[in-house]
Order: sequence, then structure tokens, then C-alpha cells
Amino acid sequence: MAKITAGVCTSHVPAIGAAIDNGKTGDDYWRPMFAGYEYSKQWIAEQKPDVILLVYNDHASAFDSNLVPTFAIATGEEFKPADEGWGPRPVPNVKGHPTLASHIAQSVIQDEFDLTIVNNLDVDHGLTVPLSLLFGQPSEWPCRVIPIAVNVVLYPPPSGKRCYALGKALRRAVESFDDNLNVQVWGTGGMSHQLQGPRAGLINQEFDNDFLDRIVDDAEALAQVPHINYVREAGSEGIELVMWLIARGALNDKVTLKHRFYHVPASNTAVGHLVLENS
Amino acid sequence: MALDKPYEDVPGTTIFDADMARKGFHLNQFCMSLMKAGNRDAFRADERAYLDQWPMTEAQKQAVLDRDYNRMMALGGNIYFLAKIFSSDGISFQAAAATMTGMSQAEYAQMMLDGGRSPQGNMYKEDK
Ligand SMILES: [Fe+2]
Repeated sequence: MAKITAGVCTSHVPAIGAAIDNGKTGDDYWRPMFAGYEYSKQWIAEQKPDVILLVYNDHASAFDSNLVPTFAIATGEEFKPADEGWGPRPVPNVKGHPTLASHIAQSVIQDEFDLTIVNNLDVDHGLTVPLSLLFGQPSEWPCRVIPIAVNVVLYPPPSGKRCYALGKALRRAVESFDDNLNVQVWGTGGMSHQLQGPRAGLINQEFDNDFLDRIVDDAEALAQVPHINYVREAGSEGIELVMWLIARGALNDKVTLKHRFYHVPASNTAVGHLVLENS
Repeated sequence: MALDKPYEDVPGTTIFDADMARKGFHLNQFCMSLMKAGNRDAFRADERAYLDQWPMTEAQKQAVLDRDYNRMMALGGNIYFLAKIFSSDGISFQAAAATMTGMSQAEYAQMMLDGGRSPQGNMYKEDK
């Protein structure tokens, strides 16, 4: 039986990817941020997941205004890094897990989550930056990845409550898959940030630290926080944090916090990172 | 009955909702075209001629030519789409964000190093 063993939550700022790709991780600006991922790199080398369900949002890369799925799962064999306007990131293609992904799609739709199914999908920084943060710069990614894309660009995004419930449905789906697989679920994006308008640059350390506390021990109540609170308090792009609730929903009610990290700034954004194990 | 927009009292912020997406559809789709290197070259070679291939309003085209990101957003542009313009220009997200705040790039970068813009006084329009 496939089993979800752990969850990783992390910001996915594009400038972090650029720092890795351009060899700047040792610069004074970046060193303290990358130090926060040292533990996690060792941890994942020991965990050796077979598959990661990687929850992220597409930033008008694969999905434009023509097609806006609220939740989409990618069932393809392989996904190329997207050209977001400055050429694709020099990272390996991402290998999918078509049989598990198709199984999950069928299972969660029958569990009343009407996911969109996508096969050809170029994956942007939202998906590739977390992989780089945890795995560094290998010639091939060491495991399979199933992209799960969430709309947080066009209002309204799904509620925190719906995201948390989707996590639970993903877990039921994984646990009904016959092959023995070590599966992790990652939630990415956030933390507080606003990239647009006269209020750009907003950071709310109190909001972020409260979120980091509560997603570990009080996730069900945290999932009730409405969209407007994220926008008002954590910036218009802070709403990405609802994606962490999908990862959290897929884990046990009680989890062990293995690692927590918070850093300001990476470009315009507060960086948050958690490693959680099913206890 | 009109849809509730509880986010309208958040200062300095445009929420990309259905009304904005409808208004900005062609502007945003023009931005998407800049994800191909050949299109970026054509845009750079003659911005006006490239824009004229899209059924955008004159105001939208002018805002693009002026690189006025606040104006583009008021006309339905969304920041993740508009990012394709400043990425084509070789400008970082931070430098582009600074242009929307009225701060210089150096002032904005320093604000971020100092912990970012405080939420205090920046959560409700009436705080301003
Ligand atoms: Fe993002």
C-alpha cells in the first residue's frame, strides 16, 4: 500500500531559483536563507520518498486567462520547466507518476473533488524552486513528482477549508493505491507578500509566525480563516498559503515538527518552511 | 444582486476578480505571448506594431509602452501576466514592484531588508 509519510511546506519565490541557478547561494544576501534548508536537504536524503504530491500554483505560465482550473492534477509522464519570460530554468525535467496520478484523480473525483486532469504541463518556479531547495542541483530529480496546481491568481481561490478537505481526500486516494510507495505531500507558496500596487512589499511577521504555529497543532481551525484575512493581513499574494493546508490535510491530525524556519526577505517575500512527519 | 467584494477597502491593492479579468483579457493574453523568445524579439523590435496585433484598448497599449504597471492593473492586467513584460525587459520582480510604490529601487530594497512594509496602518483604506 502507498503511504503518506511526511509533509514539507515552503515558499517558492522565483528569485530563490535565480540565486541557485546563478551560483549566488553563498552571497551575504542569500546565505542566511539557504542555511534554513540545510537540515531539510539531509532529512530528505534519508527519507528517500518515491513520489511527491507537489501542491503549487501556476503563475500564468501553463494556464492563462483562457483556462483557469481551480484544482488540477497532472497525470503525464514528464513535465518541462516553463519559460516564464527569461528562458526556462536550467533544471531537469520533472518525471511524473501517471498510474498513481490517474488513480488519485479517479479516487478524489468519486470523493466529490472535481479535479481537472492535465497531461502536457510546463511547470514554473512554483514547482521547481521547492525541488531545488530540497534537492539542490542534481542532473535528475531523485523521485517522481505529481504536480497538483491550485488557482490562487484569479479571485476567488478555493477556501482554506476546501483545501484542507482536499488534502484529506488525497490521503484516502494514496492509501488505496496497491503499490508500496513512500509518498510525501508538499504545500508551497507564501508566506506574507504583496507584489503589486502601492502597498507592494507588505510583510506581516506576526501573521506568518502565527500561521507556522497553528498549521502544526491547530490546522482545522486555521483552515476556517477566510480569503479577506489573508489579503488584508498577509498581502494580496499571501493567499498562496492556502496551499499549505492541502499538504497539512493529507497528514495525520497529530504530526511531529522536525524543522521550522522563517526568514525575511527573499526579494519581496517572507520565506517560511516546515518539515512535518506523520507520528 | 451585485457580488460582495470585501477586499475593496484594502489600500493600494487590486484584486484580480472576474470583472478585472474580463477587462484585461486581451492585455493579459498579449503578456502570455512574451513567453516565446521569438515573440519577445518581435516585441522589442517594434513594440507599437506588436501591440497593434492585439485587440487591446488604446489606454492598455499606452500603459504597456509607458511600463506603467499600476495603470496596467487598473485596466485589468494581473501581476503574474504583467511579469512577462518586465521579465522580457530583464527587470527583476523587486525592481518592478518598486515602480508601483513611488519609491526608488534602492529605497524599496532597503525597506525589504528592514523587514518589509508594515501592516500597521496599511490594512484598511481609512487608516491612510
Ligand atoms: Fe507563488
